[in-house]
This record gives sequence, structure tokens and C-alpha cells, in this order.
Amino acid sequence: MADATANGLTAEPKSGPMMAADGRTLKSSLNRALRREKLRALALIAPLLIFVLVTFVAPIVDMLFRSVENQIVSETIPRTVDALADWDATSTEAPGEEVFASLYTDLVVAEEYKRHTRLGSRLNYELTGISSVFRSTGRSIGRFDTDIYTDQFIAADPAFEDPTQWSSWMADDGLRTALPLTADAYDAWVGIMVEVKEDDPLEEDIYDFVYTALYRDLAAGAVPAGMPSIDVSGFETVSLRELFIDEDDAWMNVEIWQTIKTYSPSYTDGYFLNAIDMRNGPDGAEWRPENEQLYIQLFIRTMWMSLAITGSCILLGYPIGWLLANLPARTANVLMILVLLPFWTSLLVRTSAWKVLLQQQGVINDILVWIGLVADDNRLVMINNATGTIIAMTHILLPFMILPLYSVMRTIPPSYLRAAKSLGATNWTAFWRVYFPQSVPGIGAGSILVFILAIGYYITPEIVGGTKGVFISNRIAYHISSSLNWGLAAALGSILLILVLALYWAYDRLVGIDNVKLGG
Amino acid sequence: MDHGNDAAFVEFERVQKSYDGETLVVKDLNLSMPKGEFLTMLGPSGSGKTTCLMMLAGFETATHGDIRLAGKPINNIPPHKRGIGMVFQNYALFPHMSVAENLSFPLEVRKMGKSEREAKIKRALDMVQMGAFGGRRPSQLSGGQQQRVALARALVFEPELVLMDEPLGALDKQLRETLQFEITRLAHNLGITVVYVTHDQTEALTMSDRVAVFEAGKIQQLAPPSELYEKPMNSFVAQFIGENNTLEGKVTQIDGATCTVQLDSGDIIDAMPVNVSHVGERTKVSIRPERVEFNKSRLREGAHTLKAEVLEFIYMGDIFRTRLRVAGTDDFVIKTRNAPDQVRLSPGDQIEIGWLAEDCRALDA
Ligand SMILES: Nc1ncnc2c1ncn2[C@@H]1O[C@H](COP(=O)(O)OP(=O)(O)OP(=O)(O)O)[C@@H](O)[C@H]1O
Ligand SMILES: [Mg+2]
Repeated sequence: MADATANGLTAEPKSGPMMAADGRTLKSSLNRALRREKLRALALIAPLLIFVLVTFVAPIVDMLFRSVENQIVSETIPRTVDALADWDATSTEAPGEEVFASLYTDLVVAEEYKRHTRLGSRLNYELTGISSVFRSTGRSIGRFDTDIYTDQFIAADPAFEDPTQWSSWMADDGLRTALPLTADAYDAWVGIMVEVKEDDPLEEDIYDFVYTALYRDLAAGAVPAGMPSIDVSGFETVSLRELFIDEDDAWMNVEIWQTIKTYSPSYTDGYFLNAIDMRNGPDGAEWRPENEQLYIQLFIRTMWMSLAITGSCILLGYPIGWLLANLPARTANVLMILVLLPFWTSLLVRTSAWKVLLQQQGVINDILVWIGLVADDNRLVMINNATGTIIAMTHILLPFMILPLYSVMRTIPPSYLRAAKSLGATNWTAFWRVYFPQSVPGIGAGSILVFILAIGYYITPEIVGGTKGVFISNRIAYHISSSLNWGLAAALGSILLILVLALYWAYDRLVGIDNVKLGG
Repeated sequence: MDHGNDAAFVEFERVQKSYDGETLVVKDLNLSMPKGEFLTMLGPSGSGKTTCLMMLAGFETATHGDIRLAGKPINNIPPHKRGIGMVFQNYALFPHMSVAENLSFPLEVRKMGKSEREAKIKRALDMVQMGAFGGRRPSQLSGGQQQRVALARALVFEPELVLMDEPLGALDKQLRETLQFEITRLAHNLGITVVYVTHDQTEALTMSDRVAVFEAGKIQQLAPPSELYEKPMNSFVAQFIGENNTLEGKVTQIDGATCTVQLDSGDIIDAMPVNVSHVGERTKVSIRPERVEFNKSRLREGAHTLKAEVLEFIYMGDIFRTRLRVAGTDDFVIKTRNAPDQVRLSPGDQIEIGWLAEDCRALDA
């Protein structure tokens, strides 16, 4: 038996799987052993995993979802969205009475629920000025002259004034099918009574827009059975289109209607188009006008500045890492404390210190003027621009470059350099051909770390960046906290995330992610 | 030391080295090697062997004294211009280069043409029987294979002097022996001068033309292996090289090439004075286990003998190793050849032992 095993190890593998001692295939018993280890590992990381999923991943997914979500339009003005389906977005004419009548119902309801201003702000992202149109119209929608319908119906039959009577009519399925607009408007009114006013719909006066809907149903030729039969052909009428246009002639503007129609689906690519300086026009996606373009330029700036910061971190950090790795332990420890010192100071303090140093009346300019390198009336502008951001961020991110560099360099024995020199290489050749290639994993790890941190940095560019040195993250923060355009912020964030992943992928293809070492 | 020797290829003259300015790691080192010699530096850990090698290679500078290579002082020549091949203890093969690239490196920095390089790499790899491994990375080789590659790399640019710092330290016994043989063979075939560092005395004795025994930064003895073993010049060397019995006592009489020593137990023995010069001096006498005789008929007329009790008899195949209690010590060892007529002692036996005076060296105390 022992003989057979010994032969089995050296002989050519025979056909058929290898068997373990218990008769299972070697592979399956190996898998079983590994699975148990994996489960144990999973149990160890479970608390952290759950924590991260709940507090980090879930909010991010929710946030990213906002970049395409657009239910607000179809939820706030559903009837208008339906009616607009038949309107040709490329026409030069605002839609007709039908659409305005739907908008009337929608806006009355939205105004009661105080939802119309939110819709206005949302649409304002797409077309500046729309929000004030919604606000002013919402304010006066209650005073529209639609009460003439109410009065005429009640004059024709007092039963129309009785809420209990309405309630029983609207419980009748036959009537509901015969009068679809009326049924819909009545339901909305009941909703307002119960949810907003907290009143009993059986005791309150019915609102004008329900009578308006009833008029529209009957005028369209509905024949309701079980309701007093009224001939509406003799009714005095009022055009809702005219009322809206009287209130704000912006309603004549085709662009408003195009915007509403374009953004009526529940999901939209509008935020993403916006994030790359495009928008949805009547003929599909198009570039925004030159003076409104902003984001692509910001993305490019964020990229090149992050690259510049990474580059200067490599240049400054490499010699430090080398020193740390090659100095005697005690000196290296002191130096290491100096490297870590920035971590012990608040980020805000460090950034503000740079402001003091770099400003035109600041320390550095003073010294340069004093030395005579710079004329007093021609002081260098080093703050509130890209230079300021690069300098301050290089300083702040430098430790993230030095630490991986150091831990990789520490593992390169000095005997390699000695060997290279004994083989005839000059100091430089020995460094460049022998030491440097082995330190590349450290550069890779440091660069990825610094670049990814830089690309999403916010505080430092905000403080020292001025207008020319801010990053895309500052814009994201603006949309999150000031303009409240979370959809756009989410779209910008998603693009940033995709860019980082793409760069990571490119790095993996070019250098190989195995070539990243944080130590060991 | 004859400093005027024109044939001296490597010379250390009064070399001193201190790292911290307080202690001398190398004290007054004088050494002169002719071309083609295989010299081994042997010594306990921390005795300064590596330091000497590093000074020769140019990675450390001597605090004092001169080092000359082919008659020229090299103190001011940077390491890469010294043209000295070096094999490191951990091999120091560049991990990011293949075996062939490792070998190509010294040739590239010498701006050698591609075809010439390839020919030399092939020759060097064949020389160490690694011809088939040119494309591998060092991490894909076994320890012994890495060692061979390191050797090939140190030789490929045809240096006249090669330094090796414990090159076989990490290998198992069998592999060491094979490689020991290969290294000496190569060194002699190529006619290169080798300075070899080890703390394995067998390695030193089997490989070298001469061995320099280091202790505490000083060469204790510099001699060919046989002389080192048979004629140690002081008690450190005697104890460091091979197995050795030491007895302590006082010189009672010196008579030319022989002397008598009274041991602390009161017994009198015969010895050869090596570094004792006057009566009354304390001494350590050293005698090799295989030179101890207990067959009285083989001893000289009138030779002193000592009483001994057998404590342990160990059968080792080719030899017998017997531990005795002699003159108050329990670790006196004798070795006898396993011959048909050889007596086999057993514990408890009382015997008398003696030796030829010239085999017993009276050394410094
Ligand atoms: N770079 C250094 N700085 C300070 N002291 C050192 C340095 N290198 C070696 N030493 C000291 O010098 C002495 C001799 O060291 P060396 O490396 O020459 O010993 P060695 O004979 O090669 O020992 P081993 O057989 O263990 O390799 C030791 O005491 C060691 O601690
Ligand atoms: Mg050493």
C-alpha cells in the first residue's frame, strides 16, 4: 500500500480523479475542508459586513438610485402627464384646453397637499424659471373663475349641493364609469378632505374643480343614469387655458410643456445628461449652451489636479520612504513620528495654516519679497487657485504615499543594491534597474490611495481652492446641501465612482493589481 | 608578513575597522594572498569576517590601514569599479529579473554586445549545470539552484577576485557537500582568487588552500588546513578546529622540543612547548582524540602515562569514541579506528593512557 502511494506521487497522473483516504475524490474533500474555513472566516467578518451594508452600502445604493429616479412629475400632476401624451412636443403651440383642464385639477390637488412647489423646484433644474410659474399659479389657482359651473349646477338642481347625495352617486359603479373625470375629481376631493383638512366629506361643500370635471364629462356627451338629468349645452363656460394664460403668460411658452413632457416618465437620464453638460431637447440629447457648461470641465480639472497631487506625492514621498527604510531604527522612528504628525492635527487647522502661509500677504510671499525674488507689487498668487489646492492637498495626502512606500521598501534587503554594485553598476544604475522596480508595488499602492482620496476630496479645495481650484466633489456638496438637487448630485457621484473604477481597471491591466503592496 | 611580495594579489595592511567609534570590530588585520589562492575566513559569529569582506568589496571603508588589490590601494575606488565578484549569503538574486537577466546585468552595465552577452550567459549557466533554467525567476528555483545561479552571476563577468559570504549557509548537508566540491573545482579551473567566509570548519578545511581563523577581529592563525589541524598555534584555534582535549597545568621543565607539565590534579605529562617559554608558566595542553594511545607498547620508553576510567563507549561505525575520566575531567575523549584487532573498552574499565610528546601541544593558558 505504502509502495502504491509512493508510486502514485511520482508516476504520471492516471486517468480518473485522485481519491482521498475516505474514498471521496480528493477534490471534494479538499472543497469540504475549505468550505468550513470559509464559513468561519465569514462569521468573523459578519458584524462588520452587516454594519457596512446597513450604514454604508444601502445609503449609497439609495443615493445612486436617485440619479435616475423621477416619479415626482407623474405623481404630482398625473392627469396632465396623461393628457400630454397626445401633444406633439415638436409643435410650436402650447397644448389645448384638455391639457389645461387636467393641469387645473392636478394643481388644485397639489396645492392642497403643498406639493406643487417641490415639483416646480424639480423642473427648475431643467428649465430655469419654471419654479416661479408653479408657485405663482399655485397661489391663485383657488381663485380661478370655475365657480360659474358650481353655481349653474346648483341652480339647475339643488341636489348638486348636497355632499351626502354626491357620496351616494359616487358609490354607484354605473355612474362612475359614465363620469370618469368626475369620479376621479371627487375621489381626489375626498382625499383632500380626509388627509389635509381632516373634515368629514359628508358635511363639507364640494370644491369647484369637481363641478368643472362634471361639466367636462357631460359636455363630452356622457349620459348619467340615476343623476338629475341636466342639459349643459346652455351653460355659460370659461376656458381654463385662458385662465392659466391670464394668470401667467409663461404657460404659452412651449418650452415649459416640452420640459414637463420630457420629464414625465418615472425614470430619467436627465440628471446624468446634466452631469455631462447635456440635456434632453425635443430631438433627444443635446449639448447645453456654452455658457451653461460646467461639469465636464470640472471632471477634467479634478482628474488632472488629482494626478498632479499624486505625482508630487511620489516625488516628495519616495526619498522620505527610502530614508525611513534605510536609516537606523531609532532615527527612522523619529522621522516616522514626523511623517505621522499631520494625522494628529485637525485637517481644518492644517488647511487653514496653508491659507495663512500662501496668501498674498502671507509668510511665503513676505519671505520671497524680503529675499528680493519677488517684487512687492507683484506678489505670487498661490491661494484660491489650483496651485493652492495642489500644494495643500499634497501636504495632506503625503503620509498616504509614504506609508505604503516605506513598508514596501523596508522589505527590500540592502544586499540587492550591494549585489548590483559589486556586479559593476553605478549607484544610479543599481537604483534604477534593481531597487526601483522592486519599489513599484509601493508606488502603485500609494498612488491608488492618494489618487482616490484626492479625487473625492472636499474640504481642502473648498477652503483654498477659490473658484479655479475646486473639485467636482465641491459641486456635489453644493447640490446636496444648497441647491438640494440630489438627483444631479447622485449622478455626479455615480460618474465619479465609475471613473475611479475605470481607472482602477486600467491600472490593473497596465501594472497588474498584484503589483500593489501595502507591506510585507 | 612579507609586504614586499610582488606576487601578493590581495593585501590587508594594518587594517582596523570600527562602526561606532568605540569598539574595534577588526583589529590590526594583516593578510596577503597570492593570485589564484582559495582563502577561507573562519570564525565564530561576530568575529568580523563579513566586515573584512565588505571592506574588500568596498561597501565599508577601513577606519585605518590599507587594502591593496594587485598592488594598487583600493580605498578610494568605488565598489562598482573594483571588478570583484560577490556571492551573498542570501544570494541576492534580483527577484524581478529572470535567471538569464540576472546574469546579463553585469554584462549590460559593461556595455557588452548582445551576442557576446548571450554566449557568456550560456557558458556560465552551463558551468553550474543550470543551462535549462535561464527563463525562470529566482523564486521558482530551489535553494541549491539559486545558489548556483548566484555563483554563475558572480563569475559571468570574469572577475579575478570572487568573494563569497557563507554562500552555503542555508543549504542542507548533502547539497552543501556537492556545492563545496563544485565551487573548488570551478575556482581551480578558472584560476580565480577566492575569499570565502564560513563558520563551518569542515567546509573551511576541505575547500581551502589556506584558512584564516578569526576571533574578536583578529586573525588567530593563518595556515593551510593540515597545519591548522595538526599544529594549532594557540588554544583558541586548537579548540575551534576539530575535536580537542584540553588539560590545564603548569610547565615544570622545558627541554628543547619537549617539556613536562604538571596538571592541576598533580599528574605529570609530556608535551611540546608551542607558546610557553619558561618554567612555572600556566598552560593549556591540547591533544587530539585520535592521538591518544592506551596500548603501552606503542609509547616511548619512559613516557608519562595517566590513569583513566572509561565512562562511555560509543560505536560510530568507522571509529569508536570513548569518553574517559582523566585528571579530574569527565570529558576526555579518545577515538580509535574500528580495526579487527582493536580493543573494545567498556564502561568501568581502568586503563592507562599516554601520547607522543609532539602530539600534545602546550599552548597559552
Ligand atoms: N553596520 C554595522 N553597524 C554596527 N555594527 C556592526 C555592523 N555590522 C556589523 N557590526 C558588528 O561588527 C561585528 C562583526 O560583524 P560581522 O558581520 O563582520 O561578523 P561575522 O564574522 O560576519 O559574523 P557572522 O558569522 O555571524 O556572519 C559584530 O559585533 C557586529 O555586531
Ligand atoms: Mg557574516
